[in-house]
This record gives sequence, structure tokens and C-alpha cells, in this order.
Amino acid sequence: MTQVLSLIDVVKEYPLTPPVRALAGVTMSVESGELVAVVGPSGSGKSTMLHVMGTLDRPTSGDVSVAGHRISRLSDAELSGLRSRHIGFVFQSFHLLAGYSALDNVADGLLYTGMSLDERKELATEALETVGLGQRLDHVTTQLSGGESQRVAIARAILGGPSIILADEPTGNLDSKTSAGIVELLHDLNRQGSTIIVVTHDLDVASNMPREIHLRDGLIESDQLKSIV
Amino acid sequence: MRNGALRSELHPSDLVRTATIGARTRPLRAALSALGIMIGIGAMVAVLGLSESSKSELLAQLERLGTNLLTVEAGAGIGRGDAMLPDESIDMVARIGPVESTAYVVNVEANTYRTDLIPEAQTGGIGVLATEPNLLEAVNGTVAVGVFLNDASGRFPAVVLGSVTAERLGIESLVASPMVWLSEEWFVVVGILDSLALHPNLDRSALIGVEIAESLLDSDDPPTTIYVRTQPEDVVAVANVLPPTVNPEFPDQVNVTRPTDTLEAQEAADDTLTALFLGLGAVALLVGGVGIANVMVISVLERRSEIGLRRALGATRRHIAYQFLGESILLAGSGGLAGVLLGAGVTAAWALYQGWDTLVPIVAVVGGLVAALAIGAIAGLYPALRAAKLSPTEALRI
Ligand SMILES: Nc1ncnc2c1ncn2[C@@H]1O[C@H](COP(=O)(O)OP(=O)(O)O)[C@@H](O)[C@H]1O
Ligand SMILES: [Mg+2]
Repeated sequence: MTQVLSLIDVVKEYPLTPPVRALAGVTMSVESGELVAVVGPSGSGKSTMLHVMGTLDRPTSGDVSVAGHRISRLSDAELSGLRSRHIGFVFQSFHLLAGYSALDNVADGLLYTGMSLDERKELATEALETVGLGQRLDHVTTQLSGGESQRVAIARAILGGPSIILADEPTGNLDSKTSAGIVELLHDLNRQGSTIIVVTHDLDVASNMPREIHLRDGLIESDQLKSIV
Repeated sequence: MRNGALRSELHPSDLVRTATIGARTRPLRAALSALGIMIGIGAMVAVLGLSESSKSELLAQLERLGTNLLTVEAGAGIGRGDAMLPDESIDMVARIGPVESTAYVVNVEANTYRTDLIPEAQTGGIGVLATEPNLLEAVNGTVAVGVFLNDASGRFPAVVLGSVTAERLGIESLVASPMVWLSEEWFVVVGILDSLALHPNLDRSALIGVEIAESLLDSDDPPTTIYVRTQPEDVVAVANVLPPTVNPEFPDQVNVTRPTDTLEAQEAADDTLTALFLGLGAVALLVGGVGIANVMVISVLERRSEIGLRRALGATRRHIAYQFLGESILLAGSGGLAGVLLGAGVTAAWALYQGWDTLVPIVAVVGGLVAALAIGAIAGLYPALRAAKLSPTEALRI
């Protein structure tokens, strides 16, 4: 197993008065093929950690390495390049492009790799089949339920097989039944080889995942690797 | 070297697609924001097109009318009372080498009435001129109805009406054999002239034969106006020798004019109007540009989360800037294209209505499009930079 992500003594401060220390020195790493839950109360720094892992924000100190690249050595444009190929994001509020079809939205997952639209649509069709929406390719966003929207977003994230998928509260906007379906999908994808980190405040969701990291006040409180049943 | 692979790329066709998202999701707003540019460019193209079309029409008209026609009249001599052209003027002029033909009219002291019942005060500026049959050809005139005077009718009480005269007298056709009351005599109307662009005084006249004028109305004045056709290359030379030829004693009492010069002067006056309308078009463009900038700023604010998503998908700041700059340029560009079509359409419609050839200068078309694109780029620059400056996490926070 190879390491796909590591945080080395990451501190993230927001420059307010007084400064807010959202991450107070976090060190951890994720191997290829893992499914990791990051749990913690609201304000504990989960989203901040996910943003730093996803290179959307740089740490105040410490370093992050993704797919073998230390981000402190990369320019802003190179970080964008890293995200375009190696990182897939899933957000609580889906962030689909309104008025566009499921297929178009998913095809955007590799928009910034320079791949042609036809190729991307081909991959997007496969990805939508993988998430169980093979029959919904041409549905526009307004015709999709919450659960379906999140599946579209997940299909977009897995497009092109990124090194790591980062999901921030993917079930936060969904009812419990729909949530269960999404969590099940994440487990499926992980079984097929995807490396996934799921940020959640739902302890039940976390407890079913092979690895559980608890955050509190910007610090890792516990990091538990469970034996898989 | 390892990081060489870490490059975001956006396929050019995808750049165009992302730049049209705004217009596709909000077509009405896009159309309204492009409207100002369309009106501005449309106005400018139409003004330039109309000016060009009317100029070419003028050239064609000058060609038709002939720039080789000179008119000779007596100027008002200072302190000498009303000057007259000497009696023998016509013969003198005809003897000038490059003169091809001459014709003349003589002012007749008489008034024209539809009936003998109208009081003398209501003459309405209609003059009576005596002339010979060759006048029509000399002034390039055409007859609307009937015929012009000929050798026979010139000896009888027959009259040809200028277009304005006919209108004032209410005579449109010759079916009822209309007559007019001319200095205590009835004259039969034998023809009505088309309007003469260069000779408004003829439009306002009633023309009778020289012989009937002499016999019936006791007219024996010298010519009032002499029309001189010269060889085209000698117009200026002839114009210079005409005054001393006509009146060797007082050459400064002779006025020589080239009627086509007045047409050209009118056209020059139109240029001022053209400049004014171009200025108004420029103001409309400026307003249109500000409108687009405004819409783009709003669009960037509304689409924060889309910008955040794109950064997460791997867009660089540059990609974001290009997207919004492209959108602005496309908006203004389509407004400009619509404006060019509008301006060309207006020009074509007006030219058709006037019976001119349609001419839309290529520089107006290209210039209009380039101006629109440039305005789009300028209007979109600030909003695009603002969008690019947003940090991904800030943009993703709802
Ligand atoms: N952009 C920001 N500017 C200032 N403070 C922030 C910002 N983002 C997060 N914070 C603060 O950092 C802390 C951690 O936030 P966050 O990572 O969102 O926590 P969680 O996702 O676990 O709820 C909180 O106190 C929050 O108020
Ligand atoms: Mg959060």
C-alpha cells in the first residue's frame, strides 16, 4: 500500500482578532484504498482539515503531501493541476451546475484536464452507471432528488479515478434513509478501490467505517483503525 | 520536472462553453445587457451606411445631371440699379470654343392664375419665363405629363408648368385640357415638368415660348439666365471667360455659377449631422459598456459557489478570469453583431425607400464589431479579475 495523503504538523490559523486556530498541529496519513471517517463536533476543524487536504487552502505552517507532491513546493496553478487529476470533492450542498444535465455535470469532473468533451462524456456515462444513475443521464438538475443529486456529485468526483476523494458532510442535506444509500455507495466505491475521506458529524456513519479519526478543537483526539468485519 | 504533469488545461471549445453558461442560464438578462451595445453600434453603422449611400447617390446624381453645366445671370451691380445681361449675350457665349450648347430663359412681367377670378395679390411666387425648346435638354429636364414646348407651340398661347407651379395651381393631369390665366390671356397647359434638382427656380415657373411672349405680352427683355453646356474638361476655363465675354464693360456684373456645386455644399453640411449622430452612437456604446460591466459584477457575485466548484475541479485563477472575460466579450460581441445587422438593415430599408443603392462601408462593419469586442473586454476586465481573486474556500462557503 502506498501513501496518498499526509499531513505533517499542520496548523491553520484564520487571521481574525484574536486569530482563530482551526487546526492546531495535525499529523496523519492515508494509504491508498482506505475509507476514513473524520468526526467531531461543529467547529472542531473538520472542514478546514478537508480544505487543506484538498489543497483549496494552504496551512499556516506544516505541510501537506498529496499523491507524492508536497504542496508547499507547488505554485497556485500547480495546485489547480493537482486537483484537476488527483482529487475529487463531494460537498454537502452538491454544487451542481443548475439547469444542466446529470451527464454534463459529471463530465465537468475532468473539465480542467484538457480532455475532449466526447471522451469526458464517455467516462461520465460509466461513472453515472457506477453510482446507479445509468437511467438518469439526461435529467437536468431540477429533475433530480437530493439523493440523486448527491450521486451525480459523487460520479463527478470519481471521474478519471482520482488518487483521493474528499467528502464534506455528504449526507448533511439528506434524510436518514437517503443518507444510508449514499453511505452504502461510498462503501461500494471503496471496495472497488477508491480512497475516500468522509467528514461527518454523524457518529453512526463514522462507526461503520474502517478508520475513524476524532477531531476536537483542531487536534486529533483519537485515530482508530478497526478490524474489518 | 515531476511537477510538469501538474497542469490544468481547458480545451478552447470548453472555454467557449463555460463563457456561454451565463447567457444560456439567463438569456433575458444577457439580451438586455447586449441591447445597449446593439443600439450604439446599430446607430453608428446606420449613420455611416446612410451617409455612404447618399454620397454614392450624389455622385451618381452629379453624373446624371452633368457637372459641365454653367448658369450665367446678371449680378446686382452696386449703385447701378438692376443689372441686365446684354442682348447679344447668347451669341457671344455660343462663340466660346469649348461651349457645346446654350439655352436661356427670359423673365416675363406677368402672373399666372388658375382662373381669372383670383385677385392679383395671390400670385404665390410663380414666375413666368419665356424660353426656347432646347431648354429641356440643357437642364437635363424630363416631362412628367404632356410635352415640352416645341417650335410650333412656342408661337401659340401654350404653357409648360414647373412641378411646384403645377402643384400650386392644382393641376395634375392634362385630361381636362387645363388652362391658366396669364396676364389677361388664357394659355393651354401642354406639359408638366418633373422636379429639377438643380433648378428650383424652374420648378416654380410657368414656361412659355419666346415668340408668344414677345407678341402677346410685349416682352423684349434680354435673357435673365443663360444655361451653358461646356466640354467637361473645360468647365473652369469657360467659367472664367464667361463674364468678360458676356459683358466686356462690366464683367463683375455677371454671375457665373455651377449648379452642381450647391449640391456638393449641401452634402458637406450633412457631414456635420453625421458626426453628431456618430457622437450619439458613441454615448449609447458607453452606456451599453457600463451596463455590461454592471451585469457582469452581479453575475460574479451570484455565481460565487460555481467559481468555488470550478477551483475545486482544478480551474486556475486564469481559467476563471477567462471564463468571465469571455462571457463579457461574447455579450458585447453579439450585441455588436446584432447592431451591425440592424444598422445595415436600416440603411438598406432607407436606401430602398429612397431608390438608392445600399452601401454599408466595410470599415463600419469591421470597426463596429471590433469596437463591440473591445468594449466587452474592457467591461469584463474588472469583474473577471474579481472572480479570479476569490479564494476557493471563500467561494465555496455559502
Ligand atoms: N474562513 C474562515 N475565517 C475565519 N474563521 C473560520 C473560517 N473557516 C472556519 N473558521 C473557524 O474555524 C473553526 C473550524 O471551522 P470548521 O473547519 O468549519 O469546523 P467544522 O467543519 O468542524 O464545523 C471554527 O471556529 C470556525 O468558526
Ligand atoms: Mg464543516
